[in-house]
Amino acid sequence: MDNYNPANMLLLLVILFNFFLLGSSRLNACIRTVAIQGGILSLLPLFLHGFSGHSLILAGGAFLLKGIAIPFLLLRAIRQVHIRREMEPLLGYVPTLLLGTLATAGAFIFSDRLPLIEIHRGSLFIPVGLATLATGFLMLITRRKAITQALGYLIFENGVFIFGMLLAEAMPLMVEAGVLLDLLVAVFVMGIVMHQINREFSTMNTDQLSSLRE
Amino acid sequence: MTLLFAAFFLFILGALLAVIPGRTAARAATLLGSGSAILGCLFGLIAAGQGLIAEGAETFSLPWSMPGGAFSLRLDGLSAFFLLLLFIVGLAGALYGAEYMKGGRERRRPGLHWTWYNLLILSMTLVVTAANGLLFLFAWECMSLTSFFLVINEYDLTEAVEAGWTYLLATHLGAAFLFAFFLSAGALSGSLEFASFQVLSQLTAPVASGFFLLLLVGFGSKAGIFPFHVWLPDAHPAAPSHVSALMSGVMVKTAIYGLLRLSAFLPVGPAWWGSLLMAIGIIGALFGITMAALQRDIKRSLAYSTVENIGIILLALGFWMHSRVNGHPLAAAFALAGGLIHLLNHALFKSLLFLGAGSLMHGSGSRNLNRMGGLMRRMPVTGLLIVCGGLAISALPPFNGLIGEWFIYRALLESGTVLSGLAGFFPLVLIGLLALVGGMVLIVMTRIIGIALAGEPRSPEAAKAREAGWPMGSAMAALALLCLTGGLMPVFLLQVAGRAATLIDPSAATILAGTTMAPWWLGIMAILLLVCILAAYLFLRWRQGRTPVPASATWGCGFAFPSSRMSYSAESFTELPQSAMFCSCLQPSTEDGREIGFFPEARRFAFAAPDPMLTRVFKPFFRWAAEVCSGFRGLQAGQLHVYLLYIFSATILLLVWVGQR
Repeated sequence: MDNYNPANMLLLLVILFNFFLLGSSRLNACIRTVAIQGGILSLLPLFLHGFSGHSLILAGGAFLLKGIAIPFLLLRAIRQVHIRREMEPLLGYVPTLLLGTLATAGAFIFSDRLPLIEIHRGSLFIPVGLATLATGFLMLITRRKAITQALGYLIFENGVFIFGMLLAEAMPLMVEAGVLLDLLVAVFVMGIVMHQINREFSTMNTDQLSSLRE
Repeated sequence: MTLLFAAFFLFILGALLAVIPGRTAARAATLLGSGSAILGCLFGLIAAGQGLIAEGAETFSLPWSMPGGAFSLRLDGLSAFFLLLLFIVGLAGALYGAEYMKGGRERRRPGLHWTWYNLLILSMTLVVTAANGLLFLFAWECMSLTSFFLVINEYDLTEAVEAGWTYLLATHLGAAFLFAFFLSAGALSGSLEFASFQVLSQLTAPVASGFFLLLLVGFGSKAGIFPFHVWLPDAHPAAPSHVSALMSGVMVKTAIYGLLRLSAFLPVGPAWWGSLLMAIGIIGALFGITMAALQRDIKRSLAYSTVENIGIILLALGFWMHSRVNGHPLAAAFALAGGLIHLLNHALFKSLLFLGAGSLMHGSGSRNLNRMGGLMRRMPVTGLLIVCGGLAISALPPFNGLIGEWFIYRALLESGTVLSGLAGFFPLVLIGLLALVGGMVLIVMTRIIGIALAGEPRSPEAAKAREAGWPMGSAMAALALLCLTGGLMPVFLLQVAGRAATLIDPSAATILAGTTMAPWWLGIMAILLLVCILAAYLFLRWRQGRTPVPASATWGCGFAFPSSRMSYSAESFTELPQSAMFCSCLQPSTEDGREIGFFPEARRFAFAAPDPMLTRVFKPFFRWAAEVCSGFRGLQAGQLHVYLLYIFSATILLLVWVGQR
């Protein structure tokens, strides 16, 4: 139980950042927030499993990717295409925030009902993981710009990463690497998509993608 | 079994080799494809013969890396019976196709065609020898797919492709029922091996009836039993003729095989199973032959005649089930024998007729009967063979068609005379209806022969028709010879059917083994008849030779220059049945411009007989289903956000559901 206290503090921070991401329209700030969130997450393995080689590698890898590399790429991307804000979300910021609150509350209620093993009881990993997944999903659903979609995927991956922490002992390194790789692929894909959208449709709105329907 | 594997190997080899030469070397592709099919069928024929002669069953099993599946084969009397007709028709078809695919429209990709042809025979072999549910379904699907590709051989014609889709849809809807059957049977017996399906014989009657209905619908859609026949009249004309022969002669019979094989695992059912089959059978027979009389497309007409013959087979099998339950072993045995013999016979004479129709098309360049005419003089061998096939299908001696129907009539008479009251009345009514069907068959066949072969050519192409070459001719001649042999020596047919019956009804098989006099009598009568006909023919020739008949023009009803356009057309030949007997329910659409006025004007007459089941039941149903389903099109918004929303809501719902428990 004691083990969890600093980790729980960090996880509460993650939830706060989730809310900020849902409520903010400035892309620059969003990307920085995701970077900070990733950085915080990368500390989790150290708190959870101590300073072993495995957790150091995980933490270092996550910090490099989530905290530095991907935000840097995304910042560069928005500089290149000159966009600052998500102007017209499909759902307003306030309703999204409310939905995010509901989802977070739901995540806490749900994780209380789960039959967890003794060590994980009382930890915030499961509810925060679920809440972050929901935040990522909401981001993906409500935002139009390809870049905010990419952010949504990143937040989603952060949620998966939080879950992965619980299993880091049981799971081999390969699976962890898989989580990071997954994320990298997501960014690559979005990068390519953005590039293509920019070139073909001269806009960054994914709305235009629906002309591909059927 | 070794020979069967040799045949498998040859079919696969042929399928692979035929595509290698490609578009340019069509001749080489045809040679390789048909050659390996012919060789494979020869090996298979020997294997089937051994299987028929040998007592007991040969089995083979190989583990397979598929859950629930094993490559287990079983060659027993019933399998060998179906293998026999498969390989006979496959052999004739391959020989015929070797010439047929060379000329005309079918030129396109003979290589690919031969690949599908070889694979179709291979998958049908697997269907009738499989002893594992999964292998059976696998082979069944392969059979459907390969035959689909054969149907759309002329893929640049809209009607061929449409026929192909109808066929694919019908066969897959049927396969869904088979999947349901095998999955539930596998769940009950714990394994998909046929050997473990023996457990099913302990089922209670309602459950067994459910299983039986699944089988009936599943196999019925393939066999073309009455309400599910709609794919058949479209698919057969679209396919090349030897493929139509193979599909109509054998493929629809594999469904009967499946029905017999799998319903043998079920307990002996209540009498209504048999009654249901009989009802479907006689309705299908009447419907099929009536529709056959209304078609001007020769192959469509033959396809409807397949519906009719499947109806007769179903009637016989239904009567077998019915009599077996009600304790009339003799009638049951005769009905079973009649059904099986008719099944074998139909494979022979229907393939012969389809091949003949193909030759006529080859000669006259059209499937339309009204564009043929006068072909007997231009294609004497084909014409003679078609007449033989027509006699056989009309159940006239000395051909084989009589034998099967004779046994069916015997079975009906047997219980009609033994039973009293209403129970005895029904078989007698069936005799009457069957006789009506027989009469209609005669009309249909005289129509085809009279319009296509006799008279004067109705089109310039028909006037220039030439006889087919030896591969086509010999394939047809072999089938016709088999038809004649069956008619002259019915005892062979009875023995073969008896071997097949051992597995599904042993008591019937012992009765059939004891029935030796009747087939000999039938054979002797047929030989006597043949001798009489020959004697009469020679006598007439001799008399004609003495006093030559002067040739002169037919009386042209007062028209000055009678042309072939004024002769009876295919439609006018069957005007009586279409206007007086059946049409209130079948409703052919007639656009009649005939009027009686003082001065003749240009008039139009159009006639079409679309399938009433298709146009009035299935098409409206599927249109309705499409309308209902198109409501769901809104779900496909084309927007990523909406799709993500679906995933999100589904996840949330699942989580709520899990949390509830």
